[in-house]
Amino acid sequence: MLTNRSKQVVKREMTWFERAYFPAILHGLSITIKHFFMKKATVKYPEVKREFAPVYRGQHVLKRDEAGAERCTACGLCAVACPAEAITMTAAERKKGEENLYREEKYASVYEINMLRCIFCGLCEEACPKEAIFLTDRIVPSTFERDSFVYGKDKLVEPIDQRVDVSKRQTPAVLEFKKDKHHKHNLTFMDKVLGKAKKH
Amino acid sequence: MNITQYIFWFLSFLALLSALMVVFSKNPVYSVLYLIITFFAIAGHYVLMSAQFLAAVHIIVYAGAIMVLFLYTIMMLNLNKETEPQKKTYIQIIAIVALGLLMVTMIGSIKGAEAAQPIADAAGIGTVEKLGDVLFNKFLLPFEVSSILFLSAMVGAVYLSKKNLQ
Amino acid sequence: MDPLLIKAIIVLIVFAITLLVATYSTWGERKVAAFLQDRVGPDRAGPAGLFQPLADAVKMFMKEEIIPSVSNKWLFVLGPCISMLTALMTGVVIPWGGELTIAGQTFDLQIVDLNIGILYLFGVVSLGVYGIMIGGWASNNKYSLLGAIRASSQMISYEIAMGLAIVALVMTTGTLSLKEIVQQQDAGFANIVYQPLGFIIFLICAFAETNRAPFDLPECETELIGGYHTEYSSMKLGFFLFAEYINMFVSSMVIVSFYFGGYNFPFQHEIGLEGNILTFVQTGFFFLKVSFFVFFFWWVRWTLPRFRYDQLMNLGWKVLLPLALVNIFVTGLIMYFTGNL
Repeated sequence: MLTNRSKQVVKREMTWFERAYFPAILHGLSITIKHFFMKKATVKYPEVKREFAPVYRGQHVLKRDEAGAERCTACGLCAVACPAEAITMTAAERKKGEENLYREEKYASVYEINMLRCIFCGLCEEACPKEAIFLTDRIVPSTFERDSFVYGKDKLVEPIDQRVDVSKRQTPAVLEFKKDKHHKHNLTFMDKVLGKAKKH
Repeated sequence: MNITQYIFWFLSFLALLSALMVVFSKNPVYSVLYLIITFFAIAGHYVLMSAQFLAAVHIIVYAGAIMVLFLYTIMMLNLNKETEPQKKTYIQIIAIVALGLLMVTMIGSIKGAEAAQPIADAAGIGTVEKLGDVLFNKFLLPFEVSSILFLSAMVGAVYLSKKNLQ
Repeated sequence: MDPLLIKAIIVLIVFAITLLVATYSTWGERKVAAFLQDRVGPDRAGPAGLFQPLADAVKMFMKEEIIPSVSNKWLFVLGPCISMLTALMTGVVIPWGGELTIAGQTFDLQIVDLNIGILYLFGVVSLGVYGIMIGGWASNNKYSLLGAIRASSQMISYEIAMGLAIVALVMTTGTLSLKEIVQQQDAGFANIVYQPLGFIIFLICAFAETNRAPFDLPECETELIGGYHTEYSSMKLGFFLFAEYINMFVSSMVIVSFYFGGYNFPFQHEIGLEGNILTFVQTGFFFLKVSFFVFFFWWVRWTLPRFRYDQLMNLGWKVLLPLALVNIFVTGLIMYFTGNL
């Protein structure tokens, strides 16, 4: 006996009162009727949405910089980091005149995440040196076809006029964790908020 | 003919037809179901004779309990045409002769019997009160004796089932 | 108006209400089940999900009808019909209220007052098992057959204890007519005061007779898939399920009529209501009591787990039957010594 917390279990004979079964039934009924008047756990989904945790990890977004150019440089670190092997991409070279579309000379012409494989661990976000991929608080909607779960750039890259706010996830703890990645060309929303914005 | 007579003929036809079907149907489950219909027809006859109590008890005891047990047993045994045992020819002949003799006796006794006189106070003859009155005042001893008979049958059944267990 | 016409209208109303209550029992059961489990239950079809039964009914009708090729076609169809028929027939002798006066004529709110009402009820209930047995056997499926066999043995076992519980009740009331039993409880106390043990036995047997949890062995999903209605689909399955809800409703009405004063309510003659208004209030009270017992059926279902088969038989034969006999004996003794014989 290593600790003195262990308890001797005894299977004792039930008393007459217990064997009569009726008190047990009444006890059970009283328990269930108590639950009848309790607050219900149901959240009526389409009308009421549950509040997400600030660090909730949902559907990914490929961020653009302030000028609207894609940040992703198709380095493939996210694909390497991905434990579920959900990310694939094809790199391409930036042509002349495309500077406003892509920030770096190399960019991802194809970038796909298989949402059925993805486990939403957030390791891609952690691995990204360019602060391009983020997980957001959006839910991946369900559909009937498997193919439709392979999200391409059309669904992943944020639209220029509808930027996706990822600042909620950038809590001080997260920023502390990522601080070695704050190169001057990697500007996050938080940087702007904190007044650290620098022109590149 | 008034409506009562129509009902009488219908019930008699139903009872006889289904009774014959009990014998003739190959599947024992059908036999039991036809027997239930027969019991219902007979219960209908009881109602026509204003013996509702008897009709109700007939349905409860025979259709509701005994036939359920029959059906239960037959379903459990899974009898069908293949497992039907073929009796030997001489047994079949003996059965026919015995049945013929029984029929002759019955016809003779029915022909010899006088037609029963209709009872004057027929309206309430089958009610619970009348029946109870007769059973517990006039026929108390036979009633109790028959209950002892049932008790002994019950004890016998329990004894047999216990004996099989050992 | 023609008395026969009014009788026909009463019959129609009784059937309509019975069916309506059975329909909404499905909704109620799901709601209560949800509430007992901290959920909210169906709430999408209409306000608070009130149109859910209609949606379910449409679904039931629209579903594909499957009759197994190896089944016995006639009996396969006959099974649910008998279940439904016997379930509806039981409601005939229940008194729903006092007298109603329409155009100078008085009518009882009861389809027919049989002087052997209890026996009629008992007979029809005992026939209810045939629907299950025939349906289960005709499906030609092992699980269905097992369900049918369980149903029949359970029915027979609990019918005896139920009958003996009723015998004790008949001893104290001295009548087999439900109407008279209810009227007697107007004058004196409700029968529960005289027959507490009989009531408990009757209640347990009612659960067993309606195949409700914790006695739902004939249709237990975990062991027998669906029991006797494994092979059924579409509205035939609907009939089986519907019959169960009707049985539950009728059992509640019988319990209320037998032991809780039927449509009577306390001080009904002192508060100055008369005639038709009193009758309507009585019917309201009757339904209030009945709904409590219907609720109780649900409540128990979502509280207690299912019995094992041997426990079921032990309870029926070794506990309820001797208790019912003791109840009869004690009732007889008390009646003898108090001179109420």
